Amino acid sequence: MAVRSRLAGVLAFLMAAAAAPLMPDWVVSLATIAFANALVVLGLVVLWRAGLVSFGQALYYCIGAYTVALTARWTGFNDAFGLVILGGIGAGLIAGLVGALIARYREIFFAMLSLALSMILYGVLVKTESLGSTDGFTVSTPTFLGFALHGDKLGLALYWLTLGIGAVAAVLVGIYFRSIAGSLAAPIRDNEIRVEFLGVSVTRIIHVKVVIAGVLGGLGGALAALSIGHVDPAMSYWTTSGGFVFVTILAGAGSVAAPFVGSLVFEAVRSFAVDALPGLWQMTLGTVLLLTILFLPDGLGSLATRWRKREGAKPT
Amino acid sequence: MNASGNPILAVRDLEKTFGSLVAARDINVSVPAEQTVGVIGANGAGKTTFINMITGHLTPSKGSIQFEDKDITGLPSREITRLGISRSFQVAQVFPSLTVFDNMCIAAAIARAHGDLFGTVTTALRSPAAIAEAQATVELFQITRYRDTPANTLPQGVRKLLDIGMAVVAWPRLLLLDEPTSGISIEEKFDLMNVVMSALKSRKITVLFVEHDMEIVARFADRVLAFYDGTIIADGTPHEALDDPRVQELISGVRVKPGAGAAHA
Ligand SMILES: Nc1ncnc2c1ncn2[C@@H]1O[C@H](COP(=O)(O)OP(=O)(O)OP(=O)(O)O)[C@@H](O)[C@H]1O
Ligand SMILES: [Mg+2]
Repeated sequence: MAVRSRLAGVLAFLMAAAAAPLMPDWVVSLATIAFANALVVLGLVVLWRAGLVSFGQALYYCIGAYTVALTARWTGFNDAFGLVILGGIGAGLIAGLVGALIARYREIFFAMLSLALSMILYGVLVKTESLGSTDGFTVSTPTFLGFALHGDKLGLALYWLTLGIGAVAAVLVGIYFRSIAGSLAAPIRDNEIRVEFLGVSVTRIIHVKVVIAGVLGGLGGALAALSIGHVDPAMSYWTTSGGFVFVTILAGAGSVAAPFVGSLVFEAVRSFAVDALPGLWQMTLGTVLLLTILFLPDGLGSLATRWRKREGAKPT
Repeated sequence: MNASGNPILAVRDLEKTFGSLVAARDINVSVPAEQTVGVIGANGAGKTTFINMITGHLTPSKGSIQFEDKDITGLPSREITRLGISRSFQVAQVFPSLTVFDNMCIAAAIARAHGDLFGTVTTALRSPAAIAEAQATVELFQITRYRDTPANTLPQGVRKLLDIGMAVVAWPRLLLLDEPTSGISIEEKFDLMNVVMSALKSRKITVLFVEHDMEIVARFADRVLAFYDGTIIADGTPHEALDDPRVQELISGVRVKPGAGAAHA
């Protein structure tokens, strides 16, 4: 089973990479944003498995984005890959600090403290006129290993970069899920006292999860900043965080591939709804969320599991 | 008793207060390796408090605890676990959403990773060694039949065995069992204790077990500590302790069945 789903993942990755040049520009940029956001969602899945929800993941998204934008602006360093890695590191460092505070909290307190911190950043950015206040500012066009690309070539390069970083992150998070610390998510949800008495600090394990989710959020924000070419404080606003939680519910925590599929579906539904049902976008979103929770409580990812089970039940 | 060399556990002048309530006081005990010690006492006598202090669940208000010549007073529970002291709980503490084997495997993997943070992130849960260790312990506790059953659907006795098994899979040298037979029917108690005690003997583990049933105490303990009002009022062989007039007067259930141990010996 594990081998088959890994094979399916590799195939999906190769297809997604190969199909890009054949797709219209708007699809490529939609998929780029979807996969960038999927990284943030993957981080939420890491927390979700341990029973933790962050309503402030936009904090790391925004830090990743601003790290990229400010580094390019202040230093002139322009390499896309290098900038994205810096975005991940910047968000990871902040997550390390934040984790020291929030790893002791659970449930609604964890969720709301995350939210509060992201709104503080939002407030600070809105008040910072040198960074454009609510308007934000433009991110200079990145280069790729010294090559300056433009137009659809730039779009494709960013797409592949996002896809590649997404794939590496998915593989690494998959390995993490099979490690002891990763496997302790369900036990922590079940019974923290027992975990402590087995000789592990629950707080430290959760701190690690916060940092992993933070790095992923930063990478996602960095890629989004390059792809959109602009950053603004709304990247840290609570509706942005809410969107990530939405996609997490839509995708489910069952596999590392689910966030990518879920995020793609979400962006597709959104662009369809905004075009075809102007003014009804929020209602569409609400309906999709409702249907997901009612009929697919374990998210889109659980469709694959169900399918596999049915196949397995069939005599061959 | 067979006090050869240094004691594995030495407790001196231990005291625990909660505000004005004295839950434990003047506790002095030293336990030689491989001894099986029964702890008796009425409800609220301080037995669980005593165990909670040794395992780091509670910090003593006064006194010291030595384990194998190392001072462990006030260390956090996870560090004490890593030094070789495990425990089970009055109410079995397992992971209800996981199967028996997964419960055991998690305990085995953590014990093998030596619990440090880096180790837990970089070690796979299902290493061949952890799987083998978990399987061996499931067999040792005779719950192989329930191997793939989720823990939330287990019969009470099996859940207790799993709880104790998860403590033993780490190869502790000292094990503290808080009422291993609580919630178990009278008929099943002896079978359960037989399984537990032979498992612990086979691994040469020093044991302290809290028990309300005096027949069980007399049958399985080498030595008995009787708690009353937060302190130890008798310490000796089961016969000495259970025949002690103060114990008979102050701890119910002792006088009713004099010499009960012989019936099951
Ligand atoms: N965390 C705590 N805070 C306040 N008082 C406590 C706490 N834990 C125990 N106590 C009190 O300390 C005393 C000893 O309790 P303890 O749980 O050690 O008794 P016990 O001998 O284990 O009893 P039982 O046989 O009912 O399990 C009791 O009076 C209890 O109410
Ligand atoms: Mg008790």
